Amino acid sequence: MSDILRTDSLTVGYGEKAVVAALTLRAEAGKLLTLIGPNGAGKSTILKTLIRQLEPLGGAVWLSGRELKSLSQTELARESAAVLTERPRPELMRCFDVVAAGRYPHTGRLGTLSAHDRAVVQETMELVGLEEIAEQDFERISDGQRQRVMLARALCQEPKLLVLDEPTSFLDIRNKLEFLHLLRMLAREKHIAVIMSLHELDLAQKFSDEIVCIRDGRADRIGTPEEIFTGDYIGALYGVERGRYEPIFGSVEPEGLSDPPQVFVIGGGGAGIPIYRRLHRMGIPFAAGVLHENDLDTPVAQALASHVILEAAFEPVSPERVEEAKQRMLQCRYVLCPLESFGSMNRANEALRDYAQAQNLLAPLDEWGIE
Amino acid sequence: MNREKRIPAGFALLLGLLALLLVCNLLAGSTRIPLDEALRALFSPRSADTSASVLWSIRMPRLLSAAILGGALAVSGFLLQTFFLNPIAGPYVLGVSSGAKLTVALAMIFCLSRGTAIHSATLILAAFVGSMVSMGFILLASRRLRGMGMLIVCGVMIGYICSAVTEFVITFADDSNIVNLHNWSMGSFSGVAWGDVAASAAAVIPATICAVLLSKPMGAYQLGENYARSMGVNVPRFRTALILLSSILAACVTAFAGPISFVGIAVPHLVKRLFATAKPLVMVPACFLGGSVFCLFCDLIARTLFAPTELSISSVTAVFGAPVVIWMLLTRKRGEMA
Repeated sequence: MSDILRTDSLTVGYGEKAVVAALTLRAEAGKLLTLIGPNGAGKSTILKTLIRQLEPLGGAVWLSGRELKSLSQTELARESAAVLTERPRPELMRCFDVVAAGRYPHTGRLGTLSAHDRAVVQETMELVGLEEIAEQDFERISDGQRQRVMLARALCQEPKLLVLDEPTSFLDIRNKLEFLHLLRMLAREKHIAVIMSLHELDLAQKFSDEIVCIRDGRADRIGTPEEIFTGDYIGALYGVERGRYEPIFGSVEPEGLSDPPQVFVIGGGGAGIPIYRRLHRMGIPFAAGVLHENDLDTPVAQALASHVILEAAFEPVSPERVEEAKQRMLQCRYVLCPLESFGSMNRANEALRDYAQAQNLLAPLDEWGIE
Repeated sequence: MNREKRIPAGFALLLGLLALLLVCNLLAGSTRIPLDEALRALFSPRSADTSASVLWSIRMPRLLSAAILGGALAVSGFLLQTFFLNPIAGPYVLGVSSGAKLTVALAMIFCLSRGTAIHSATLILAAFVGSMVSMGFILLASRRLRGMGMLIVCGVMIGYICSAVTEFVITFADDSNIVNLHNWSMGSFSGVAWGDVAASAAAVIPATICAVLLSKPMGAYQLGENYARSMGVNVPRFRTALILLSSILAACVTAFAGPISFVGIAVPHLVKRLFATAKPLVMVPACFLGGSVFCLFCDLIARTLFAPTELSISSVTAVFGAPVVIWMLLTRKRGEMA
């Protein structure tokens, strides 16, 4: 059985108040399990319960086949380790000392490090890429390094389960990526089960093996990223109203404009996107067309434009769509066309540009500040 | 100097200073005793000559209690700093010493009014009760107050209240007792008897050993309560132990020497700088030694600077300790006290 952690209809919360109920989770060795969900949904409460910082209000947690509450503190610390959201500020501690603190459940009465303990600390620091800052003061390193030190400290407990509460929240994009790569590598190589909460949905989608969506006091969905990141589910999970989340690219688009379009943009192949964004930012409602359903421009146009004229994927643009586009253009004050060459499947858009020119609607791009 | 050599070097320095100050404290004073006479007197404790009696019944118990109680204060300060995860916590600023002072004054007046001699153990017990009551208030306040600064202000207020009540009680005590009590309530190592030394050693030494045994969880606790728990520290039990030990240590000091300021904050800070580490396994014994050295030095000054007039020990420790605390506040990074 490769399940490191299992919960049976677990209820978590503070005092009498249940925050999340009926939670049934499984965390496997070598896999990354990610909790996502809106602020205040109870992700941290769940994680705190899994590492026994909070008592479960109902149900049970099983760690390596034993019930969590039956473990002694030391047994628990050897089974699971945590990277928490709080930022410790220890005085006069080198990074080495902070990492070595993780040997706690393995050292003797006075906590002195044996040769073996030192070797483990050394090895872990190398694994996480900290050997160069081992002697530096923990309070004087960057956030990215600090988070690695806290990860190395947790690993020094030699746990089977690693629990991380929003481990990437304060990191820049490079450190976010490196941290998650590291986490995945550690999970695979050391056969650790990783449970974490993330707010970076794009990263959660790309790094997690399994995702648990917490919403309205329960696990709304549990599944692989491919099962979770579909359609408008993410928007619904977070109750997004002013904008949308594009699950394929993991991108966020703000709320679109809905007034009658003043500008018509002939786009395609990604060329329209900068124009859509600029018009949206300037607050000028626009129409986009004629785009194929599988065009790069389409998701952005759908999010931002007042109106999008769409054609089915891999089909030539039909005369009906061309006619619709012409009608739209005539209602607009300008037509913009970033395209300079048109493929053989896209002759209709070329014709539309010529039509706009003939109608004296076509405006030069540079007037709009677009190169 | 590298870190591995710094720790033994630090201990050597402190032990050297301790030996030097023990000798100075033995020799210096209003009765001049030359070294050869002192040596002779030391090896014949029962002899009737003045030097021997000054050395054995006045100076020896006094310097020993300064060493023991100074060490106790510094360790108590270090334990409180660990508990509150803040370097400006200490038994004096948190009002723990003043709480002990009040109950000791009450106990003394009660015993004196009944004409019975007060036993050392009774004094320690009374002081312990007082320090625990103050501690209880501080712990209650720490649940509601955000930020260490507010907690310190609260502790200082508790200290003022206790001091005011003590003054009040002393004012209404029998005249003959006042002088004695007044001296004590200002803080002084004078008039310490061998029995007091034995009693304080009996309480301080085991408490300090217990503190050394707590150094492993203390080290984990330096990363914060939640990390400590995740590493296997039994946090409620550990916190209770810290509070009890720091209160016992502070209580002993107050019982025999009255409230002594700033040692609990200044010494741990100086010792941390000296050793360039905050590892509790090093810090507890080093703080003890540092506290001994600091108090012996301050007592030497208190006794000799304006001899035969004696200064209160607390005013001397404040002169040397308070600047250290200010220095510490100024050199710390912004926001760390919050």
